[in-house]
Amino acid sequence: MATLAPSRPLVELTAVRHAYGKGHGQMLVLDDVNLTLNESEIVGLLGRSGSGKSTLLRAIAGLLAPSEGAVRFVPDDAGRAPSVSMVFQTFALFPWLTVLQNVELGLEALKVPAEARRTRALAAIDMIGLDGFENAYPKELSGGMRQRVGLARALVVDPSLLLMDEPFSALDVLTAETLRTDLLDLWCEGRMPIKAILMVTHNIEEAVLMCDRILVFSSNPGRIAAEIRVDLPQPRDRLDPAFRALVDDIYVRMTARAVATPVSEGYFPGTGIDMVLPRVSTNSLAGLIEEVDGTPFDGQASLADLAVSLKLEVDALLPMAETLQLLRFAELTGADLKLTPDARRYASADVDTRKGMFAQALLAHVPLAQHIRRILDERPGRTAPARRFRDELEDHMLPDYAEMTLRTVTHWGRYAEIFAYHEDADQFSLEDPV
Amino acid sequence: MSKMPPVHRGLRPFSRLLRLGGPNPADIMTFLLLAGLAVLVIRGAEGMAEPLSQLRITPVALDPWNLPGYALRTTLRMFAALFASLVFTLVVATLAARSRRAEQIIVPALDILQSVPILGFLTFTVTFFMGLFPGQQLGVELAAIFAIFTSQAWNMTFSFYQSLRSIPSDLDEVARGFGLSPLRRFLRLDLPFATPALVWNMMMSMSGGWFFVVASEAITVGKTTVALPGIGSWLALAIERSDFAGVGWAVGAMAVVILLYDQLVFRPVVAWADRFRFEQTASAERPRSWAYDLFRRARLLPLLLAPLTSLGPLLLMLDPGGRGLRAGKGRAPSRIGDYLWRALVAVAVIGAVWTIVDYVTRTLSWGDALDVAGLACLTMLRVMALIVVASLIWVPVGVWIGLRPQWAERLQPVAQFLAAFPANVLFPFAVIAIIHWRLSPDVWLSPLMILGTQWYILFNVIAGASAIPTDLREAAGMFRVKGWQWWRQVAIPGIFPYYVTGALTAAGGSWNASIVAETVSWGDRTLHAAGLGSFIADATAAGDYPRVALGIAMMSIFVIAFNRLLWRPLYAFGERRLRLA
Repeated sequence: MATLAPSRPLVELTAVRHAYGKGHGQMLVLDDVNLTLNESEIVGLLGRSGSGKSTLLRAIAGLLAPSEGAVRFVPDDAGRAPSVSMVFQTFALFPWLTVLQNVELGLEALKVPAEARRTRALAAIDMIGLDGFENAYPKELSGGMRQRVGLARALVVDPSLLLMDEPFSALDVLTAETLRTDLLDLWCEGRMPIKAILMVTHNIEEAVLMCDRILVFSSNPGRIAAEIRVDLPQPRDRLDPAFRALVDDIYVRMTARAVATPVSEGYFPGTGIDMVLPRVSTNSLAGLIEEVDGTPFDGQASLADLAVSLKLEVDALLPMAETLQLLRFAELTGADLKLTPDARRYASADVDTRKGMFAQALLAHVPLAQHIRRILDERPGRTAPARRFRDELEDHMLPDYAEMTLRTVTHWGRYAEIFAYHEDADQFSLEDPV
Repeated sequence: MSKMPPVHRGLRPFSRLLRLGGPNPADIMTFLLLAGLAVLVIRGAEGMAEPLSQLRITPVALDPWNLPGYALRTTLRMFAALFASLVFTLVVATLAARSRRAEQIIVPALDILQSVPILGFLTFTVTFFMGLFPGQQLGVELAAIFAIFTSQAWNMTFSFYQSLRSIPSDLDEVARGFGLSPLRRFLRLDLPFATPALVWNMMMSMSGGWFFVVASEAITVGKTTVALPGIGSWLALAIERSDFAGVGWAVGAMAVVILLYDQLVFRPVVAWADRFRFEQTASAERPRSWAYDLFRRARLLPLLLAPLTSLGPLLLMLDPGGRGLRAGKGRAPSRIGDYLWRALVAVAVIGAVWTIVDYVTRTLSWGDALDVAGLACLTMLRVMALIVVASLIWVPVGVWIGLRPQWAERLQPVAQFLAAFPANVLFPFAVIAIIHWRLSPDVWLSPLMILGTQWYILFNVIAGASAIPTDLREAAGMFRVKGWQWWRQVAIPGIFPYYVTGALTAAGGSWNASIVAETVSWGDRTLHAAGLGSFIADATAAGDYPRVALGIAMMSIFVIAFNRLLWRPLYAFGERRLRLA
């Protein structure tokens, strides 16, 4: 059962730190992560993209070695180190192997004799509800069935710790819910050989539904920002007020950093032109403003409610909300998004007025947009190669982030008509295309 | 678990046979086919072991009754070379993908070997192999097989390497997470993932190999000419004797052989390899093969193939096993080792360049190099003109076919057959025509260069046109987009990336073909077009090794420059702007 105490530690992470890239463009993805996973618990790692959750999972799985710090596996009474296995977001099934062969893969690597291998694989297939599909190839299965194969493959090797990397995010809502419930049933009935589960997710409700403990990660670099115990008894009810309160609380914590720091510092890493801009389209910004402006929210909405009504996960919603805040179209207080008077006027304005308001906000609050516009104004030909801005950005961030930031500012600038960009020539200009 | 579910896969062939009872009609047909094949292979191989003097006692004769035997020997040579290429591919490409240092050498080397004239090497290798088995046919056989091998191996290796590099990261993580040993990983992940592309490239290689069979079976070493029994030698003899019927017989025999191995070997293999295609959704259109269906229905087949299929499990039994679930820390590559390695490679490259320059300059001057560069420009002019002409003809035809699926389906096998057909057997007909109408060889020999490679343009354009989404075509139709505007805005952007791939392959092939196409003979008459190809061919015939080396080096430089400066940028442009996602 999930809440048996006292529980012994399974894995201990101390001062784990990891960086990608080298030298100038180095990107710190994990910083000073200390974490102990105990037996009999499901732990959730919650955070937005780029918070290093998946990196941490892979460090525990032994797929990558962290730049600094230690991952220690605490041996059990018999002196055996705990083993791990992993379930992937993309299922990661071998399309040329049948269900049975996929499940047997890990046992084969362990050199389990053929007879025992088959017995164990069939037992795992049976447990996970895949009876009758032993000879099917993955491409013949639906998404939910495929993830069941992924689960069976991970469980059949008797791992002490099961790692799951966004296991349900590639599935449709109904399938994901069924699979979650089935997994929880198996866990609560103690039918799985595993001692603990560590799962990465960016779905807050999923985390509250399944986990005994939730670790909220801040991003850039990924740090543990908060640790939340979930003591609600299983099975949990999404409509339970305590459940809802917890979900709201987590939204507050996930936006906490943004509220604590003044706006000019930015919520995006870096300040000034080295601010990393997320890929948020002006259409979705306008859509979000309209949604909050309209009924039933009337200018103020909780992020949890917005996530439900817009069918968006935090991962997509937070960057949008923060962009609105960056442009002074909204304020984030607690887990609430409150539109500024400007934004409310924006919601009822026509297209040209909207563009004008957006242009003003962009030039006032996005240093990179200012910078590009100023350079273009100074240049006699009113053109500037995009290459030069890309290089400038790459001095401060990884090339991928530089590319994303430049794309975003290009998209915003084009919409606001403060500059134009020509793809073939790869250059910015002030002239509108004829 | 109440009862064991039926598990068909992986049951031993023996138990399967016992369970199913007696053979069925498919068994009988399969058995007859395979037994016939085995007898043929043995008969053909017997010939290889004979002493060299046997060739003088029974020289190649233009007797149609000999032709099936010759065809058999030629086919065996080609498959031997294909097998050698496969082994080479599996070893070298895996090495390149697994070792960063090996990669630094192998990849550029493959890139160059892919685009240099292989025919030029023949002179150097024959001497070597004949020295290995003096007085025996085996030496000459090996030289011929090696020549075919050099035309087949590189693109296969390159494709395998690229497949290994593009293995999806999640599958790679599964393999590493479970701690699969290198061998198990190779058999479970690397090999299956790379199989579809490899099979396709093997088919291309086989077609390419025919071109060289003709050149490699009748080998001239110094003053003596050895003609191995085979279609190539038959053809060479027929050309030498101006025997029109003889050429016709050879063409017919080749057509039959190509048809047979296409139906009996490649179609079944393609149908089988379809299961390894990396996709999570079932595809609507699956390759079909009557032979594959027959083999699958045959219950005897697993038993007959058991030696082959048990190879994998056998290897795995000897395998030391995985490391278990925990992976160790990744080893950081040593910096100093890298620098040392690079220095070593640099020294070797400089040494090689020095050796070549030294060898060539001993007899030749820089003026010769300039002359050769001039000849190369002539050949380049031909290649470019031919690509333009071929494009003007085949792009409209290809688009027309590609937009009509029912035609595309019907014409695909025909086009494949034409592509596999060695164009050089048709050269004599061109010579006769040129002599008959007193045409200028400098102009009229040129089309021969592209005879065999133009199909790549057609293939790719058909593929590109059929990939244009229906909604785009419907939108164009609704707005009445027609004529030049339709070509400019719908067809050409749609096929562009495909067309570039086809034109690149066709151009590369044409450079190579210039060696045989710029000097062509019929009986005692030889036609000659000025160019780099005829320069290399003449130097080879005269045994003038320094000139051969100079010619090959010059052609390599031109081909590589052509690829880098023209095709790659065009391809990058197409990928960036015109790829229909």
